[in-house]
Amino acid sequence: MKTPLDAQKIRDDFPILQTRVYDKPLVYLDNAATTQKPRQVIDRVISYYYQNNSNAHRAKYFLAEKSSELYESARETVRKFIGAANSQEIIFTSGTTASINLVAQSLRKFYFKKDDEIIITEMEHHSNLVPWQMVCKDVGASLKVIPFDDEGVLRIKSLESMFTEKTRLIAVTHVSNVTGVINPVKEIIVRAHAYNIPVLLDGAQSISHLPIDVEILDCDFFVFSGHKMYAETGTGVLYGKQKWLEQMFPVQYGGGMVLSVDFDNTTFADLPFRFEAGTQNIAGAISIAAAIDYMNDIGINAIHSHEKQLLQYAADALGDIDQVTLYAESATKSGLLSFNINNVSPFDVSMILDKMAIAVRSGTHCAQPVMKHLGIDGTVRVSFALYNTVEEVDVLVKGVRRAVQILQ
Amino acid sequence: MTIDEEQNLIITEFSRLDDWLKKYEFLSTLGKNHTGINQEMKTDRNALRGCQSQVWICAQMISGKVNFRMDSDSLIIRGILALLLRVIDYRSPSEIVNANFYFLREIGLNTTLSPSRANGVATIVKTIKQLGQKYLEEISNNKD
Repeated sequence: MKTPLDAQKIRDDFPILQTRVYDKPLVYLDNAATTQKPRQVIDRVISYYYQNNSNAHRAKYFLAEKSSELYESARETVRKFIGAANSQEIIFTSGTTASINLVAQSLRKFYFKKDDEIIITEMEHHSNLVPWQMVCKDVGASLKVIPFDDEGVLRIKSLESMFTEKTRLIAVTHVSNVTGVINPVKEIIVRAHAYNIPVLLDGAQSISHLPIDVEILDCDFFVFSGHKMYAETGTGVLYGKQKWLEQMFPVQYGGGMVLSVDFDNTTFADLPFRFEAGTQNIAGAISIAAAIDYMNDIGINAIHSHEKQLLQYAADALGDIDQVTLYAESATKSGLLSFNINNVSPFDVSMILDKMAIAVRSGTHCAQPVMKHLGIDGTVRVSFALYNTVEEVDVLVKGVRRAVQILQ
Repeated sequence: MTIDEEQNLIITEFSRLDDWLKKYEFLSTLGKNHTGINQEMKTDRNALRGCQSQVWICAQMISGKVNFRMDSDSLIIRGILALLLRVIDYRSPSEIVNANFYFLREIGLNTTLSPSRANGVATIVKTIKQLGQKYLEEISNNKD
């Protein structure tokens, strides 16, 4: 099977993919947890430290100006990549979790009140569940949950019946990190906006797999992590529409986000700096820009098409194994799938695959409510990136067949 | 057989398995044949925290020896539990407290199942030792 990308050529860009594990070539299929980094990203970060490292937006000497320029250039690169209107809407954070917590805690200060309602879905990662749950507990609001059906598809027919005059926000994942199901987020946003309800999209599992345009989506917030799109860990982005960010209070305070400070009062900086307290992860932001440049060189549509074919190939091959149950089999998915070998612990499967140098994740994937709905303790998750190949899927399938022999 | 003699026997058995898949096959077979515990004993009280798979351990004293009952939803862990039972079941509390479970390291299990917050093997060993200590203190208190 030929895919749109020359994945073998792309793999040369990723030094870690040459690793041998138990004397076998590494087959890395845990990209939903974190992606590997190409030389182009690693080299850009090294270059920053060799030539440009300085604190950004602080001093006026040559290195400081250069560092500030690189940081702001990274912000602009992100803006273009996700189609935001202006760079003041792009806040650098330490990741998806930090971004969601920032929005939740900031809105908690002035926007959410007692008896308000926040809607999430049954398939959220804990990072897009617990922050909202805690806000509800703090202010006396309530959390409502859109369920999904047996195919892993959101029951959004019930969405509008959930709206009341107290509904204040919907937070929904763009792509499920357990099943890979792509949610109909555009439809959710249109329906929500008809009632002036803002929507936050968790883009952690979509940012490196699907083309994103926040203006076309018209989402109020979009969040993602750098390390899931070939950039460093400890990096991420919060996109927020300017009309929201302008109203929001900061939740972290200190240097870099203030205009004036004395012992009686402090005034805060303009966007985006108001939400970037302290010295930021400048090299991390640069790594995000480098990763975006890398993906743009290949083309996000080509990446999507390549991964879609791999995913379908894997689903078909695993589905052919009698003892394997695939989850959300018929739903439209992106980037990943989950399965189990019948009556076998997913932990055992991942341990055996590990000894064949195949890296997959087993467990609840930080989505315990999903497991509760499915009536299982966990799944084995296979998640793809632009450097995975058809041959790796063949190795995976052979490995799963061997695991069936050993464990059943 | 002493604890160390049992451990050495296990190490010898494993030395004949020349790759990891064979070891896991062996552990899976042990796991399939392992007598676990009844559903009603799979309580939160008997469950170990910090394991990726579910593990339950309970114990009782019978004629001065500690009888362990252990189970897991993972076949491989059940196999490891079966090996541990060979070494520790019906031993005195002081033997358990003083034992060094070196066979786990020798057969490669302490590295393959660690390190992480889901270090099941280390948690299992710690729990076994804690139970041994508990019964040792009970014996000591009864003597006083």
